[in-house]
Amino acid sequence: MSVQEAGSAVAPPDDEKPRATGESHARRWNGIGWGFIVKLILVALVNALGIAIIISAFRVESWVILGGMVIILIAVDWVYFSKRALPMKYLLPGLIFLFTFQIFIFGYTAYIAFTNYGTGHAGSQEQAVDAALIQGERRVEGSPTYPLTVVERGLGELGFAINDDGVVKVGSELEPLEVVGEMTAGAPTDVPGWTIVDRSRLLSDQELQQTVIDLRVAVSEDPNDGSIRTRDGSSGAVYQSTLVWDEAAQTITDTSTGTVYHATDTGSFTADDGSSLPTGWFVSVGFDNFVKIFTDPRLAEPLLIVAAWTFAFAILSVLVPFGLGLLFALVFNDPRVRGRKVLRTLFILPYAFPVFLSALVFRGMFNAEFGVVNELFFFGANINWLGDPWLARFAVLFVNVWLSFPYWFLVCTGALQAIPSDALEAAEIDGAGRFRRFRSIILPLLLVSTAPLAISSFAVGFNNFTVIYLFNNGGPSIPGAPYALGYTDILISAIYDISGVSGGAADFGLASALAIVVFIVVGVIAAISFRQTRRLEEFQ
Amino acid sequence: MRKHIGAGVALLATAALLAGCSSGTGGEAEPTEAAPIDGAGQTLTVWVDENRMPAVEAAAATFEEETGATVELVQKNFDDIRNDFIAQVPTGDGPDITVGAHDWLGALVAAGVVNTIDLGDTASQFEQVALDAMTYDGQLYALPYSLETIALIQNVDLVGEEAPATWDDMIQAGLDSGAERPFVINTAGQTGDGYTMYGFQTSFGAPVFVQDESGSYTSEVGMGGEAGEAFATWLGENGEKGTGYISTTVDYAINNELFATGKAPFTVQGPWAIADLTAQGVEVAVNPIPSAGGEDAAPFVGVQGFYLSSQSANTLLANEFLVNYIGTEDAQRALYEADPRIPAWSDLADEVASDPIIAGFLASSKTGVPMPSIPEMGSVWDYWNAAEVQIISGADPVSTWNTMIDELTAALEG
Repeated sequence: MSVQEAGSAVAPPDDEKPRATGESHARRWNGIGWGFIVKLILVALVNALGIAIIISAFRVESWVILGGMVIILIAVDWVYFSKRALPMKYLLPGLIFLFTFQIFIFGYTAYIAFTNYGTGHAGSQEQAVDAALIQGERRVEGSPTYPLTVVERGLGELGFAINDDGVVKVGSELEPLEVVGEMTAGAPTDVPGWTIVDRSRLLSDQELQQTVIDLRVAVSEDPNDGSIRTRDGSSGAVYQSTLVWDEAAQTITDTSTGTVYHATDTGSFTADDGSSLPTGWFVSVGFDNFVKIFTDPRLAEPLLIVAAWTFAFAILSVLVPFGLGLLFALVFNDPRVRGRKVLRTLFILPYAFPVFLSALVFRGMFNAEFGVVNELFFFGANINWLGDPWLARFAVLFVNVWLSFPYWFLVCTGALQAIPSDALEAAEIDGAGRFRRFRSIILPLLLVSTAPLAISSFAVGFNNFTVIYLFNNGGPSIPGAPYALGYTDILISAIYDISGVSGGAADFGLASALAIVVFIVVGVIAAISFRQTRRLEEFQ
Repeated sequence: MRKHIGAGVALLATAALLAGCSSGTGGEAEPTEAAPIDGAGQTLTVWVDENRMPAVEAAAATFEEETGATVELVQKNFDDIRNDFIAQVPTGDGPDITVGAHDWLGALVAAGVVNTIDLGDTASQFEQVALDAMTYDGQLYALPYSLETIALIQNVDLVGEEAPATWDDMIQAGLDSGAERPFVINTAGQTGDGYTMYGFQTSFGAPVFVQDESGSYTSEVGMGGEAGEAFATWLGENGEKGTGYISTTVDYAINNELFATGKAPFTVQGPWAIADLTAQGVEVAVNPIPSAGGEDAAPFVGVQGFYLSSQSANTLLANEFLVNYIGTEDAQRALYEADPRIPAWSDLADEVASDPIIAGFLASSKTGVPMPSIPEMGSVWDYWNAAEVQIISGADPVSTWNTMIDELTAALEG
């Protein structure tokens, strides 16, 4: 009943003017509110999914996802059950995707760009302290492995009972080990005053496990003798920790040498003599990464070479294939050419090959010693295509032109055929020559439809990681560049090298900062170009 | 340099002893083992790569059956594991255990994502070099299971089985064989491959980092000075402006093709390339790398093993699985059968050395050194590989090499 009521509430036009003349039959439909039921089911499903995500986000304590999901769910429910949000009903799904897949990712990259996230700075300070304590705790040399039982007494007071060569000793966090009995072999099975925690309980209770892992039972009153710990719940050994964490002072002290490591602003524990603990944590470093890109001479110089080549590569990767494609399109658009269909098909072939394959095949073909390029076209001369900066740039550009001119051939062929023939005829009657017709009519009309494609193609060329990486991996390398930067690297492949994903020392902060710079450059160029394109449209 | 031969004999003796009384040891531990472990409701997440999947699956099945716990195996691309592990462990989404290579250790320690492990008595069952490789600053961080290294591979039909003692002997034998080239080595094309070239470099006494008395690497660059210059000069002499035996036109595929078609009788390669090298029926022999500079050629030894996450919520259970289910001869044998590499388990290594190819790689690993696992190593490759390629391509060897050393030292300090 309520469903029907609600249904009629959302669809008042159906009830109010069911017989309005001249209205489309779709709007005149006067059902019992099936649409609402469908909507109810769909929104219920979305809610169910959202709540499931919220619950699991709560479990793993991922507050950002939880918060985002709550906002999305509230927005969805409000938009689809409110009368006042009609346009939002259409926009919301798109907005949600835009937010999660574009704005969130960009925002996160920007966030990383202002941190020192990378090798040695991967987690929080708390985790760095954990790691330091783990790394600072060592098994006392010569300590045997004792059979061990986890025991408890009273209100959850845990302790360890060990079998030290036939002598049973027991102790807890508060009391060091003391002898309580004797037995032959194996782990203690009977400890007076204590109950034995059986291993099944130990292993099936995560909290208990963590307590047992963290439990240290001193061997004697003297803390320098070390303490018993266990890693598997059935055996223990004497360990000694040399590092002590003082949270109030934010220092870690090495008790064996007396060195004090202070927490620094750059996310590491550093001592006065300059030495530091291996594990750091990640902190915000402000504009350091951006400053480094432009001022660190070791980095700025290679990056300048890379940036210049990126522009050259992106511009030439549009202009040359465009010119070539247009030329072939004009030639094969002439009805006098025989077998046009077959020839056109052949021209499109390079476009049909996967780039991954072509780039690798070309790499083999340009090999100075074994490649067919030198063998067939240069009479076996030893031209080092991949080893010389300029030749390598020429070769990678050649490959990219070969890969992309069929696209322009296709686009131009289509655009040419869309040009009204009467305009051309009129021009011909007015006495315009071939070249004049091309310059004044064909090219401007062609540019109207192809210029936006050229701009997006520029953006693709600017970020054409695949060809650069597969063909020559950005080589040959620039001498003295930190990170494996090479003469044919473009900014995106440089970012890949700097990010350390390929296995070197990673600097995600720097790589993200560079990614942001690239984004801004591409964005500005695209904005300017699209504005220019509008002028072309006026011509039409 | 570590002396593995002596250790090997000692281990063999220990192993024999242990094998003799293995039932006794098992009996002693029985009271604890006998108590049925109940891990019901608990899930261990383990990252493995495709090759090791079947073997770990087998160990996991036994573990699940005996404890009631669930082992969730996540198959990952081996090359992605290092970065994913570093990225995901701090967020709490990482696995409890992952398979990995020892040279990641420095980065993993610096990221604080690995826990130390204690193998207890089981430790004596492993090859010392494997344990050393998994040890960082005196602490053991992983259960090793396999070793790998590169070695000299020769075409038996062209140059026989006998190992050449020096570079010159090898080149002479290669020239005498009448093959197109006396020797071929992969430089990864223009990228450079300091890894494959390292055996020749160490034979000049120029290790990448200086080792302290205990064998641990320090962050002091060791390949500068006269020894490094001698290696660079040698590299230039055999590069494209010299004899041309070492060339930047050779990458992995071309290298293997030249060898497999009999155009080169010698190459330096790892066990992973054997299938490619023999694809066309070439019969191969594997020997240690000959010396070019007078000292022993010590290639890098890589060790693979299982790491324990520092943020695991199930540390006890994970330790249990690692030490008592993966660290057993049966599991190690299964791992070997799933992905045949030299086992880190000594008994098994001796057993599989009956295969002459494995025996050759094992012999090469005995003179080898663990690849440095300190985080500084990550910065070395880029400079090092680039300099080698420039020298091979004809740049002045000594000045190129010294510039590289200066830049590298500056980068490590800064």
